[in-house]
Amino acid sequence: MLLDDLPVLPVILPLVAAPVCLLLPNNRLAGSFATLVAWIALVLSAMLLHTVAVVGPVEYALGGWASPLGIIYRVDLAGAIVMTLVALMASVTFPYAIESAREEIVPSQTSAFFAMFLIVFAGLMGVVATGDAFNVFVFLEISSLSTYTLVAMGAKRDRRALTAAFTYLVLGTIGATFFVIGLGLLYQVTGTLNMIDLHDRLAGVDNKVVRAGYAFILTGLGLKLAMFPLHRWLPAAYTYAPSPVTAFLASTSTKVAIYAMLRFLFTVFGFNFGFIDVAFTFFLILGLIGMFYASLIAIFREDVKMILAYSSVAQIGYMLLGISFATVDGVAAALVHVVNHAVMKTTLFLAVGAVFYALGSHRLSAYRGLGKRMPVTTAVFLIGGLSLIGVPLTGGFISKWVLVAAAFNSVLAVPSLVIVLMIVASSLLAVAYIGRIAWTMLLEEPVGRQPKPVPMMMVVPMVLMAALTIYLGIDAATLVSLCRQAAETLLSTGLGFGGTS
Amino acid sequence: MIPFLPAETNPAIILMVAGVLMVFFGPRGRGIIGVIAVALGFLQMYSLGVGPMGDAQMYGITEVAGYEFIPLRLDKLSVVFATIFHIAALVNVIYGWQGATKVEASMGIVYAGSAIGGALAGDLLTLFVFWEIAAISSVFIIWAGGGHAAFKAGMRYLVIQVMSGLLLLAGIALHLVRGGSSEFGAFKLVGEAGVDPVAALILFAFGIKACFPILHTWLQDSYPKASGVGAVMLSAFTTKLAIYALARGFAGTDILIPIGATMTVFPVFFALIENDLRKVLAYSLNNQLGFMVCAIGIGTPLAINGAAAHAFVHITYKALLFMGMGAVLLRTGTTKATDLGGLHKSMPWTTAFTIVGAMSISAFPLFSGFVAKSMITLAAAEEHMLLAWLVLLFASAGVLEHSGIKIPYFAFFAHDRFAPSLRNGAPRPKEAPLSMLIAMGLAAFLCLLVGFYPPVLYGLLPYETDYHAYTLEHVATQMQLLMFAIFAFMLLVRFKLYPPEVRSVNLDVDWFWRVPGRKALMAAVQMTADVWHAIWAALRDITGQVLSGIGAVHRPGGLLARYWTVGYTALTTAAVLAVALLLAFLS
Repeated sequence: MLLDDLPVLPVILPLVAAPVCLLLPNNRLAGSFATLVAWIALVLSAMLLHTVAVVGPVEYALGGWASPLGIIYRVDLAGAIVMTLVALMASVTFPYAIESAREEIVPSQTSAFFAMFLIVFAGLMGVVATGDAFNVFVFLEISSLSTYTLVAMGAKRDRRALTAAFTYLVLGTIGATFFVIGLGLLYQVTGTLNMIDLHDRLAGVDNKVVRAGYAFILTGLGLKLAMFPLHRWLPAAYTYAPSPVTAFLASTSTKVAIYAMLRFLFTVFGFNFGFIDVAFTFFLILGLIGMFYASLIAIFREDVKMILAYSSVAQIGYMLLGISFATVDGVAAALVHVVNHAVMKTTLFLAVGAVFYALGSHRLSAYRGLGKRMPVTTAVFLIGGLSLIGVPLTGGFISKWVLVAAAFNSVLAVPSLVIVLMIVASSLLAVAYIGRIAWTMLLEEPVGRQPKPVPMMMVVPMVLMAALTIYLGIDAATLVSLCRQAAETLLSTGLGFGGTS
Repeated sequence: MIPFLPAETNPAIILMVAGVLMVFFGPRGRGIIGVIAVALGFLQMYSLGVGPMGDAQMYGITEVAGYEFIPLRLDKLSVVFATIFHIAALVNVIYGWQGATKVEASMGIVYAGSAIGGALAGDLLTLFVFWEIAAISSVFIIWAGGGHAAFKAGMRYLVIQVMSGLLLLAGIALHLVRGGSSEFGAFKLVGEAGVDPVAALILFAFGIKACFPILHTWLQDSYPKASGVGAVMLSAFTTKLAIYALARGFAGTDILIPIGATMTVFPVFFALIENDLRKVLAYSLNNQLGFMVCAIGIGTPLAINGAAAHAFVHITYKALLFMGMGAVLLRTGTTKATDLGGLHKSMPWTTAFTIVGAMSISAFPLFSGFVAKSMITLAAAEEHMLLAWLVLLFASAGVLEHSGIKIPYFAFFAHDRFAPSLRNGAPRPKEAPLSMLIAMGLAAFLCLLVGFYPPVLYGLLPYETDYHAYTLEHVATQMQLLMFAIFAFMLLVRFKLYPPEVRSVNLDVDWFWRVPGRKALMAAVQMTADVWHAIWAALRDITGQVLSGIGAVHRPGGLLARYWTVGYTALTTAAVLAVALLLAFLS
């Protein structure tokens, strides 16, 4: 029974747990409860991943209503990878948040904080698990709305969190609106919302309504995944949100949006439509611009969290670039980078959170001489930073390697070599902004007060993530082959070999 | 076949792997590994089989992009050199059993392996690879001599050796480009169209390692600066690998006769006035190489046999002499003639072995040198090369003066400088350690064995021979020569005309590149640095301007990084949507 319900359980569980969490007292209990839920969800997702890898995509008809009338949950390999990733990030950031929230959240909001956290988690899992286009919108909004709240909770330490949350709210809503308008247009044409059904019914239908729907969905999801120039909500939101929230969001929300984008591009539309190339052109151009633009801004920032936030925008450029190749290799590279970037960014943001806990600042000036005072945190940060640059023996290297290989193997409007050179050049920009922080941490003399000791509950998660960053750099074959399989499944739908795979 | 090794294993690889392994062991472990590796390599080589000249056994042939690699080519010529390299490696391991440092022991075996690999290499690129490994592994042995002087000499050595390698590579490249065979065979220096530049380039590369006159100074510069153990290792391989390469590539090239003759003569004078006995040996090494080069230039089967035989015996007795001096260095801390003398009283075995070496190098009958050297002089005589013959004869007498008499006389006899009465009662230096004595004994045994029973050596030589060393004519000629030379020495010493033992530094042609050459090099370096600085400064200015430009637009508040109001940002979204719509409709 449990096995049959696997696609839905990791979504339902946090969703049901959230109201329960709200009822718990404002102390460690709420956090511990949320952690427990996350861990169970992780186990379930891992089982799901295993099942999908062995058996193939699994389906679950909600309430027993068969598709296309009912809502079905459908998880294939790409979905299972992203779900496991999200659950893993939740399992790591929730226990971290128990201690960190005591510093960064108004105490009376603790249980609400964790309830919101669980809802974001449930929403993100739902976006991935569902096979229903409208359900994607619903879960996207569930996660977004709770994210606005979470960002706003950073107001205890910095009032700017409120404006950041407001900006995010406005832009996020615009994105969601575009997305739902696009869905409406498609519904108008086909009369269905089930993704696979949509794909089948759209076959051969090419009119202005479909094209408009496509453009709306592209822009709406583009905003959610922070594609340049629709990224403007991201830096402020990441900077002023509480540290665990930033760590979780940076590693999951944009990644889930990328997943949704892949779903719509390949499962719903597919290569039968000539206009699908618009997305690839967009991704190629905007991805490349984003890589440079965001990295350059990151170099000149004085706030470490802000630097990392801009770096996230740049990293999304890499993923979009991979997708823009429109080959199995390219999409696989994007998925590999989704995972690797999630792991390394969490590592970095957790380290930043630890520094914030110890010194109460995430400005670069607070990082002076940190290598001597907080050696473990510094080491964790540097591992994450090296991965971000793409140094061998870290996950980031594998990402870039796979991406470069994909670039060489695909036929593009721009010569592959130019793209590869641009990837290398933007990695050098990462050297600049990470190097600046590393310089401050290692070579400058410490100033100011002694840092507060960081509790074990925060140290263990970040060390684990750092270890995982290195592990992914050494045992790359497993992840790469999984992502390749996932990309093959994704693209085979789009290429029109049977709608059900 | 050796059961646990792949059938076509290169003996050189066995030695090199062992050399690397030795790094992880203590002195005794290193010694055991060394002996086993040399034995294995030797067995492996002979299990592969030896072909006659012109019909070599080849192994491991692989073709890469049209280039044919032949890592192993065993014919009589290559195997005789590889055999003596194995013997030298064994002697080195035993000699250095206690005294060799980790670097010396391990690099010594790698170095021996590279020489063996070079001798057995069937194609040019493989030869080049081993050529370079030999250069690089041996420089560590020089550096292990310790001190700033050894370091600088090592650097000079390295520069010259690498230059030789690069010239060789350039020659190989040119040779291949014009469609030459990848196999390392004979080159024709002078063709119908005059001197062939490619062959000249390769000959030049070989010539550097073979110590052609003027190109020779690296040897006298570096070998005496190595440790006692290190000098023995160095004396065997590099130059003889070059001799092998010459014999293979340039047999019968006329120019080699005058070159070789010059090489036999000029070091005699340097050796006679030199005070450092190991440097005397280095000069004498140069002189011995001259005999071989000369024989290669003559190029008849007898001469090539003579060159190979001479290389073979030369390695044993030269190593023996270096070992004797190494033992002296170990016990007294010096090899300066002015500081030595009378050591025979406390180092009888070393004295005896050194005398065996000295008599071998002077080519006394019943010693190995005689057996080989008479072949070369006979070859010159057979070809009616009177001048060459006379020069070789003169040089033989010179060898006796500086190596045969000077070395043992000044080190072990002459003035007794180690009597306890002269040194405040300090005891006389002890006899050399057992391992060194064994190694010296082994080499001395070989010298005598070949001297007494030449067929041992003749069986190994490249060409069939019915040569007999012990004819009345050979023995009589040689004995006359030797007796007159000894007579001359005694007269000179009696009348105090022999160049006295003085502490001095003798200038060789290397002055030209150590003083004006260095000046020129430094000037060139300075000029390059100046040009580079100018370019760098310009680049820095430009990048600085570009960077500050980028900074101006991207730093907080810059044109591209300004915070926009929510309204403007929403407008961006609309703009993107518009573009997306437009593109979707148009595509």
